[in-house]
Amino acid sequence: MSGDAVQHPRARGGQAPDVFRKGGWVSMREYPCDEEVDFVIVGTGAGGATLACRLAEQGFKVVALDAGAWWRPLEEFASDEAHQQKLYWTDQRICDGDNPLKMGSNNSGKAVGGSTVHFAMVSLRFRPEWFKCRSLLGYGADWPIDWREMWRYYDEVEQALSIAGPITYPWGPPRKRYPYRSHELNAAALVLARGAEAMGTAWSATPLATVSAPHGKSPPCVYRGFCVAGCATNAKQSALVTWIPRALKAGAEIRDLAMAGRIETNDLGRAVGVEYFRDGAWRFQRARNVVVAGYAIETPRLLLLSANHRFPDGLANSSGLVGKNLMVQSNQAVWGVMDEEIRSYKGPPSLSISEHWNYQDKGKDFFGGYAYMSQGPLPVGWASTQNGRGLWGAKLSREMQKYNHQAGLKIVGETLPQERNRVTLADEKDQYGLPVARITYGFCDNDKKLIAHALHFMEQALEAAGGKEIWRQEDDTCHLNGTARMGDDPRTSVVNADCRSWDIPNLWICDGSVFPTIGGVNPSLTIQAIACRTADRIRALAQRGEL
Amino acid sequence: MNSNAITTRYPGYDVLNKRDTPSWDPITRQVVEERLSMSRQPRFFDLAQWTAATALCTCVVVQPDDRLAVPVAAMLDARLFEDQGDGWRDARLPPLRQAWCIGLAALDAESQGEHGLVFAQLAAARQTALVEQMQCGKLRAAAWQGMPSDLFFSERVLHDLYGAYYAHPAAWSEIGFGGPANPRGYVRLNKNRRDPWEAIEATAENAATVKRKNTRVR
Ligand SMILES: Cc1cc2nc3c(=O)[nH]c(=O)nc-3n(C[C@H](O)[C@H](O)[C@H](O)COP(=O)(O)OP(=O)(O)OC[C@H]3O[C@@H](n4cnc5c(N)ncnc54)[C@H](O)[C@@H]3O)c2cc1C
Ligand code: SF4
Repeated sequence: MSGDAVQHPRARGGQAPDVFRKGGWVSMREYPCDEEVDFVIVGTGAGGATLACRLAEQGFKVVALDAGAWWRPLEEFASDEAHQQKLYWTDQRICDGDNPLKMGSNNSGKAVGGSTVHFAMVSLRFRPEWFKCRSLLGYGADWPIDWREMWRYYDEVEQALSIAGPITYPWGPPRKRYPYRSHELNAAALVLARGAEAMGTAWSATPLATVSAPHGKSPPCVYRGFCVAGCATNAKQSALVTWIPRALKAGAEIRDLAMAGRIETNDLGRAVGVEYFRDGAWRFQRARNVVVAGYAIETPRLLLLSANHRFPDGLANSSGLVGKNLMVQSNQAVWGVMDEEIRSYKGPPSLSISEHWNYQDKGKDFFGGYAYMSQGPLPVGWASTQNGRGLWGAKLSREMQKYNHQAGLKIVGETLPQERNRVTLADEKDQYGLPVARITYGFCDNDKKLIAHALHFMEQALEAAGGKEIWRQEDDTCHLNGTARMGDDPRTSVVNADCRSWDIPNLWICDGSVFPTIGGVNPSLTIQAIACRTADRIRALAQRGEL
Repeated sequence: MNSNAITTRYPGYDVLNKRDTPSWDPITRQVVEERLSMSRQPRFFDLAQWTAATALCTCVVVQPDDRLAVPVAAMLDARLFEDQGDGWRDARLPPLRQAWCIGLAALDAESQGEHGLVFAQLAAARQTALVEQMQCGKLRAAAWQGMPSDLFFSERVLHDLYGAYYAHPAAWSEIGFGGPANPRGYVRLNKNRRDPWEAIEATAENAATVKRKNTRVR
């Protein structure tokens, strides 16, 4: 059955899979390829699905394409790390630079719902100052959006996803109560709490996009802990079970197994539609507007692949910045063995958090911030972390015996935008005959100082919490952003605050690529907030005849 | 069998005993069943490669000797047969299949060069020594075709072999992992609390009793 989802498109003949009923279908509006729809959106993850939903609800004709499959979580998500690799983007990419990245399971999804299908559900707001970090904090680049406006959109997304969070959040300006109460803390989360208290810093239950009580057709989380391998209960509020069903209801068409290979432009320099591969053939969808929402690797790749004689360096690239300023988040950790049994495989992996070093600037010898969270690795992931220390053979087996006693603290750390960190096209081709992405990445000194600070602090916290045999995991990264940044100036940015490209007025980019800076929190809530804002801006522009 | 094999803290525990409980749903049963009934004969490797791969797996992945070994080499072969990539590769490495073909041939060439025997024919201690040299990137014979041996070891050997091993229920049982957990999930999340369907950890004193109890965990 799962072979089926990746071989034959499911959304067709006026219907699409109903993710809430085994074998069920819901009706779906369909548009012929030669009809010029209002928007064709490439990618249905945090950015694309949210925008597709909001635009369709505003009455626009929307077709969204995703290269990935339309999974049925209730029947097709096994409690099995290896099998669930089917959710990841496993097409080839080539990584180089001083710190070559690891992709796939680490940061890239390929499915209707995008990476949110296997994300860890941590749903955080940016620190307000980060939206003006160049002016206020002296590094990175300012966002062209005001934090108070973002705060309203954060509210909207938190409501839409029924985020389960604490009654009061210890950091940042006041916010509304989270819609759902926070989840019970597991033993790993309590280790973080103990450590933070010993260090005299605040901690909190993590705001999570998995429901703590029934919501709509989603049952509450059962703490099975396979979240990053896909949630089989639909408790997780991924785009697949939130924005996508809403989008369908509002009349959007979503095409699974539809890989976009090229955006066409006409002699006037406007986008006219998208060429995509589906069901064994290349097809062309006409559209008044094209939105790229393929995440920070595939978005610049598609823009570069779409180069033509009018735009020889790729679309939307007059600034030369498409593909540049790729930012990951540093994802280093300290791990230790506890006397007590922890069994961190139970429950969502990151049930508690400290954002102390996102909000405290004193005592730092670097720019930026980081959050750190409790951890719950499953066996394959945990073995790979141990391999990262160079362990194998009997040494590894002995370490693995401590699995149920280990606890860890892991950062999501800010890295600075650098033009040398970038996505370009390689000579090698993928299964569609398209050049694959080459991803070049290296930390700068500031990034390294931040990591050193975090490891030092967390080591003390873990020790204070009773951790023994403490060691540092120094090599991990997560999340991708920044390869088509937004800004106020066409010379130094790719899109404006509305996610509209400076060069081609009917070409938009709406995903993690548009971040000028990344901050020290996981990005998906911000991506979704920006998508909601973009939808509202599009409505306003349309009303003024400025689309 | 490796003399320094470890003993489990969870004697008697077998996640497979939960196969017919509310911790396993049909898709999980199917997926794990397929893994357990996988062919142990190679479909990708030729005889020489298979011999080297099998020896390498035994050398790298230590397994307890009181149960059937997890067929790591066969799982690796299956992965190569399907050409199942990870979604990226370090630019210094060739694609998955090529990396393995070069790596195994190079290991045999290094072994031949040093001892006049292929890798699989070496005594365990010599195999380990050669693998340690690979880990440090000290193997540089022409047969590597420029592929850094340390990178091959960390990104392919460890990643692929342990990725296979810890995907096997026998490995889950060994480390006391709860295993599949849908739809039942877990109830007791606090420290030192276990649900009745989780493994009991043994100490030296109570191993026998715990073993008996663990065989009934499901
Ligand atoms: C394991 C893991 C854990 C994570 N945990 C968290 C977390 O706890 N909190 C958090 O905030 N974030 C988390 N993230 C990150 C978060 O999932 C991403 O930041 C977010 O989903 C990115 O949104 P996006 O819309 O930019 O891209 P995605 O959600 O990745 O969506 C992009 C989609 O575009 C499709 N696509 C790409 N190119 C094409 C093309 N040419 N044609 C057709 N379709 C295409 C892809 O198939 C994909 O479905 C996690 C990610 C991973 C991998
Ligand atoms: S722990 Fe909760 S969110 Fe995670 S997979 Fe299980 S039910 Fe879904």
